[in-house]
Amino acid sequence: MDLTLKIWRQKGPNDKGRLETYQVKATEEMSFLEMLDVLNQQLIEEKKDPVAFDHDCREGICGACSMVINGRAHGPQKATTTCQLHMRHFKDGDTITVEPFRADSFPAVKDLVVDRSAFDRIIQAGGYISVNTGQAPDGNDIPIEKGIASKAFDAAACIGCGACVAACPNASAMLFTSAKVSHLSLLPQGAVEGERRAQLMVNQMDKEGFGNCSNTGACEVECPKEISISNIARLNRQFIKSSLSTDKVVE
Amino acid sequence: MSWFSRFFVSSIGRKLIMGLTGLFLILFLVIHLIGNLQLLNDDEGFSFNTYAYFMTHNGLIKTVSIGLYFFIILHAIQGIVITIANRKARRSRYAVANTQITSWAARNMAILGILILAFLFMHMGDFWLKMKLGHLDMVKYEGFDVPVNDLYSRVYTAFNVWWIVLVYIIGQIALYFHLKHGFASAFQTLGWNHPKYTPIIKGIGIIYSIIIPLGFALIPLYIYFVK
Repeated sequence: MDLTLKIWRQKGPNDKGRLETYQVKATEEMSFLEMLDVLNQQLIEEKKDPVAFDHDCREGICGACSMVINGRAHGPQKATTTCQLHMRHFKDGDTITVEPFRADSFPAVKDLVVDRSAFDRIIQAGGYISVNTGQAPDGNDIPIEKGIASKAFDAAACIGCGACVAACPNASAMLFTSAKVSHLSLLPQGAVEGERRAQLMVNQMDKEGFGNCSNTGACEVECPKEISISNIARLNRQFIKSSLSTDKVVE
Repeated sequence: MSWFSRFFVSSIGRKLIMGLTGLFLILFLVIHLIGNLQLLNDDEGFSFNTYAYFMTHNGLIKTVSIGLYFFIILHAIQGIVITIANRKARRSRYAVANTQITSWAARNMAILGILILAFLFMHMGDFWLKMKLGHLDMVKYEGFDVPVNDLYSRVYTAFNVWWIVLVYIIGQIALYFHLKHGFASAFQTLGWNHPKYTPIIKGIGIIYSIIIPLGFALIPLYIYFVK
């Protein structure tokens, strides 16, 4: 299949950046990243700078690949990361626009690569359990009702890719933060620090300059792991409750 | 910073204020509409004007109305602050805009809010301010002790002007879209998301966002075309 690609090229953080047009031949079996590999090989042979993009596992679980394809984070396919998006979802002769995840909290590095370490700092602020909770048998010793275990697991499926921020009209990180808060605080090992965690992680999220959630629901549509915005409601509950009830949770 | 101010400048704290003031305004609209429907009574304004007298002289209602003005201003200011912060969070725009996965109303709450605020200024200037400044005629009814402001006639004068009617219809359309997203959104912000009740809240929100603006729009339309 013959494709016209309009790809965002940006030399570095201070470059303004622009869309450049390329022609590439791909097959339907290729993943989107493999198609970009073909383009990059072409560019290297022409002694041009290949397109920089993030990728790692290429099996849909690492959250590294990050691009907005035709206005959709990770492309048009539901519950799919870019690496798992295959070219059979496009047609011969299509023009595809590829842009980086855009948010001021995700500063541009080069081309399609953005710096998502703001997410790491949100995790560092409170996305952990302070004590050693033991090995798998210790965890399995505690009976947990199936419904709760499922909710915690659904939230834990978050791979921290940042598609929620990319898709949100406000560039809000509430889906990510709420998934992390939910997956820990729904389970007994994490529940103990739940209120403190909600405070610390939301404080860091605000400090990073992410936008405010306005419940548009874009994040849950684009999330490759289908994290629900019911997690955002849970974070709201926990944050409001801990702000009003606990005598002192953060310094 | 004290815990109190830290809470209310946090993103979720700001959203909580939006949600709570929004829900208060949602309640107010119901009362306002029920009261205003008396404009359609065929009694030369007796029921509406005496109702307006009661609303402006009852101590409890006067107190609540101060809260109402405060909440409207707070909702507007907070909304502007949030919108500016959201714009700053993404200064470089996408070349291909994603409009398929969110509703138009959800994406345009700020613009709709500003339209509604502009409408409110005109609405208050036309009726409330004229009454407060004593620009209205007084009317004395049989069976009511004191003369009252003839707000009823002022409304009828206004709603016989085609462009005022048109502005009111536009205001109500903006209100419809604002409520369509705002009603259910307020509950989500408060953390009220539940697999059983959220669909009910969303349903009530849709019905509410249609009935209330429609009710308000019917008043100028009825006066202009029927009376």
